[in-house]
Amino acid sequence: MNNKTMNSLKKAIFDNKVIVMFVILCAACIIISGTSVSYIATEVFTRFGRNTCLVLALIIPCMAGLGMNFGIVVGAIAAQIAVFFVVHWGFTGINGLLLCVLMCTPMALFFGWLLGKMFNATKGAEMIAGLVLGFFADGLYRLFVLYILGGVIPFDDPNLLPRGFGLRNAFDLTGSLKYALDDISFATVLMVLGAILVVVAFVNFLYGKKVGQEMSVKEFVKKLITGVVVIVASVVIKVVLGLNVLFGGTRLILTDVALFGGIGAIAYAVIQFVLKRPKKGEKLFGNLIKIAVVGALLLVGTMIPAVREVYQSVRIAACTYGIIVFFCMFNNWLTNTRLGQNMRTVGQNRAVATSAGIDVDKTRIIATCISTVLAAWGQLIFLQNLGTFNTVQQQSNVGLYAVAAILVGGATVQKASNKHAVVGVILFHTLFVVAPLAATKLAGDSAISEYIRMFISYGVIAVSLAMHAWKSVKPISGERKEAEGRTTWGIFPCGSGKG
Amino acid sequence: MENFILKMDNIQKEYFGNKVLKGVKLHVAPGEIHALMGENGAGKSTLMNILFGMPVIHNTGGFEGTIEFNGEIVTIDNPQKAMELGIGMVHQEFMLIPGFTVTENIKLGREISTPTVASGVFGKSLEKLDKETMASDTRKALDTIGLDVEEQAMVGGMPVGYMQFIEIAREIDKSDMKLLIFDEPTAVLTESEAERLLETMQSLAAKGIAIVFITHRIDEVIQVTNSMTVLRDGQFVEHLQTKDTTAAEIAQLMVGRKVEKLVDDDGEDTRNIKADDIVLSLKDFHVDMPGEKVKGIDLDIRRGEVFGIGGLAGQGKVGVPNGILGLFPSAGEIVFDGEKIDTTKLGDALKKHIAFVSEDRRGVGLLLEESIQNNITFTAMQIDDKFLKKYGPIRLYDNKKARAHALEMIKQLDIRCTGPDQLAGRLSGGNQQKVCLARALTMNPKLLIVSEPTRGIDIGAKKLVLELLAKMNREEGMTVIMVSSELNELRSLCDRIAIVSDGKLTGIFTPDASDAEYGMAMSGAKGGNE
Repeated sequence: MNNKTMNSLKKAIFDNKVIVMFVILCAACIIISGTSVSYIATEVFTRFGRNTCLVLALIIPCMAGLGMNFGIVVGAIAAQIAVFFVVHWGFTGINGLLLCVLMCTPMALFFGWLLGKMFNATKGAEMIAGLVLGFFADGLYRLFVLYILGGVIPFDDPNLLPRGFGLRNAFDLTGSLKYALDDISFATVLMVLGAILVVVAFVNFLYGKKVGQEMSVKEFVKKLITGVVVIVASVVIKVVLGLNVLFGGTRLILTDVALFGGIGAIAYAVIQFVLKRPKKGEKLFGNLIKIAVVGALLLVGTMIPAVREVYQSVRIAACTYGIIVFFCMFNNWLTNTRLGQNMRTVGQNRAVATSAGIDVDKTRIIATCISTVLAAWGQLIFLQNLGTFNTVQQQSNVGLYAVAAILVGGATVQKASNKHAVVGVILFHTLFVVAPLAATKLAGDSAISEYIRMFISYGVIAVSLAMHAWKSVKPISGERKEAEGRTTWGIFPCGSGKG
Repeated sequence: MENFILKMDNIQKEYFGNKVLKGVKLHVAPGEIHALMGENGAGKSTLMNILFGMPVIHNTGGFEGTIEFNGEIVTIDNPQKAMELGIGMVHQEFMLIPGFTVTENIKLGREISTPTVASGVFGKSLEKLDKETMASDTRKALDTIGLDVEEQAMVGGMPVGYMQFIEIAREIDKSDMKLLIFDEPTAVLTESEAERLLETMQSLAAKGIAIVFITHRIDEVIQVTNSMTVLRDGQFVEHLQTKDTTAAEIAQLMVGRKVEKLVDDDGEDTRNIKADDIVLSLKDFHVDMPGEKVKGIDLDIRRGEVFGIGGLAGQGKVGVPNGILGLFPSAGEIVFDGEKIDTTKLGDALKKHIAFVSEDRRGVGLLLEESIQNNITFTAMQIDDKFLKKYGPIRLYDNKKARAHALEMIKQLDIRCTGPDQLAGRLSGGNQQKVCLARALTMNPKLLIVSEPTRGIDIGAKKLVLELLAKMNREEGMTVIMVSSELNELRSLCDRIAIVSDGKLTGIFTPDASDAEYGMAMSGAKGGNE
């Protein structure tokens, strides 16, 4: 028995060896740098909100067999172009941001369509094609912002274009789009959510009749009530003073989230247990236990002074985190549709998909388009959080960082999920924060930190890809591998033939 | 006028100027099992691809002829259309996705889904999958063919036999199935699984579904089919009722050509072949070559003879030379000239001067992007250090010597080319084959093994290649093993011919044994007159 647990533990570690390695690396860097946990936690939570949506944009193309989509750079470019115009026109806050979304979505769709076309022309080499196309798009974009904007297209704005053409190098969003999304309070998010629930219930009810998928009145009323309850709750939070302070502000304090989240999770688990009465061994049983345990851990955390101190220092932007959850839910939902199933089939085997009557090329283009649009939105979220960005080269490393993050989270070129993205962002950005600090400490020279950052992101991709390759080679036994090696040798029995 | 569900008439198809179907017809009646017989390359797969509307047909210029299905002339230009008509295909290579569950595989491309708000706006593709109905449908299909697996189990890692049945379940699950094509379904199955499959086919036929059964196994055809169509070299040979024919006749129809003399062998046979002077001996020889498995063969090759190995495609004859050369993993004992050959060491056979001309000329046989000269000399250079100048530890390519040798070979074998610098890939099939032979001869082999030496080359070049082999054997005393699916070719050149069926030796014959004897051996019956 003991041996068996040992073996399964060994297997678990081997299966997650990329994650394990980076956890160890992060821990080592934290210890060497001697940074306070509060500082790291604050940084990582901020970066999590900023970067996760971009990383989540990689999952759908991976599902469709396109590998890691380095081409999300074009989505980021679409977002940045939208930002220039919106700031120029003088829109600010959430309205400005929504206008950006409205503007960049068709652009991203068009870019995504072109990208998808190219991926279809370079089947089997999508990753390298995406990477190179990213560089190419980068060049075109620079031409656009440095010369065409103002030079060819009339664009009169002395603030943005000091020379009459060519955008200024540093683009400041303070006072316009900075924190446009982050500053939306939890109460407002709830209210919007409630409104969406009500609208969806109505649409479903009315539209369902038309296609014969009728929704029963009882179900409709149930959904309607849920929506209304959520709206009422949001109003209550806004009005009641104590709750207003906790949940009505622009940021949530992690302590409060942990406290209420913990209580909520335990309550949910208990209610589900009472209502559904799952038996031991069922999937639901295990899930509920997990939820309850996580809730309890969160609660316990608030009571331990050291942890509480960390909790207290972290601020969470409710709306941004809400959108991350929405992205995750979107990815999951898509998997469960006919389109998602087609994408998975195409990703697994194109020949089989064709013979099953699936339009492979079209499915791949749709996947690329979705990815590009998500990336554009992700870049908007990134920019509004950052507040100021480099006009010319902000988009350059978007693909690189996103891919590095998801690979650290245990994703492979064949398989990536929301879990990989979330875990990956946390680990990668922890490393991103602490590794330069640790290096500075060791070398005694702060100039090394920028170098270390570049080194990390490329190094991470190389190391995790190599480790995954190790994983996929493993199942072949030594003997068989040798035989295969010989076969390849046999095909090319000589070198160049010229000696 | 007999009632047919499928009538394909005068079907013609060209691939890049190469005619692979020359006016073929295929008539199938409802509820019957109809065998489609022919050797590899006879045109069976192309015919089925046409019927199934595969893109490979329409991307290469379409085809000529008519298809009448269920009494109506139809055009089938994509697989979807074929499915709508009620034509299903159980593929030879499994069209299954290992990472999917049984249900997902069976419902592939035909998922059941329910409308959602999003699908109302963006169309059917965003409908939500109805996994429960999909699972229950799957259960029903699995029960119909009596396969006892969980519908949510992953397909990857299942036994091959299960996969075959899942393929069938997928076709059965399609509503209104009228015609089912089985493309060599039993090739990968164990005996008991194959037996089950044949029973399933019969019960399906009893429900009125017509079945086209493609196979190489003649005993199965005799066992379950009602009628059959035989193709050979893209030509229609016969439409037969199974009850009116015999295994031997079928085999003969598939391979038998009128015997014509392929080699003008006027010279007197001065060879002295002794039955006890064995140059190569195989004992319990197994080769794990995909699609051409060898399952235990004992052979003794006499010094100085031309030994033929024949048999139908996929039965293992090609596995024998590939195993000896160590290109695929093998087991058993090979003794060559008193020495054992270690097949785990690459090139051991080559080092002992066994030369091999592969059946895969363009893949294994030649470096297509290299010159004729390099192709002729590289093996000898690698194995024997020929064409090398030595300067202490450094060895350089001796271009002068190699050029002289290449020119000599070009002249001797009459290779039609612009010169030794022409790329091998630019030559015609026959001349490429001569380059392969030239390379083998450059090694001064004690034993020459040629595999499918005349595949894909025209009749004139065929004769030249065979005569060259005869000359090498008669004049130089070289022992030759010739593996070929063309019986006629073997009979015109070989001293003895071994027939391999299902990876085992079924008999060794003299060239003048009757067609019927060869036919029986090819269909698996033990025989032999040697």
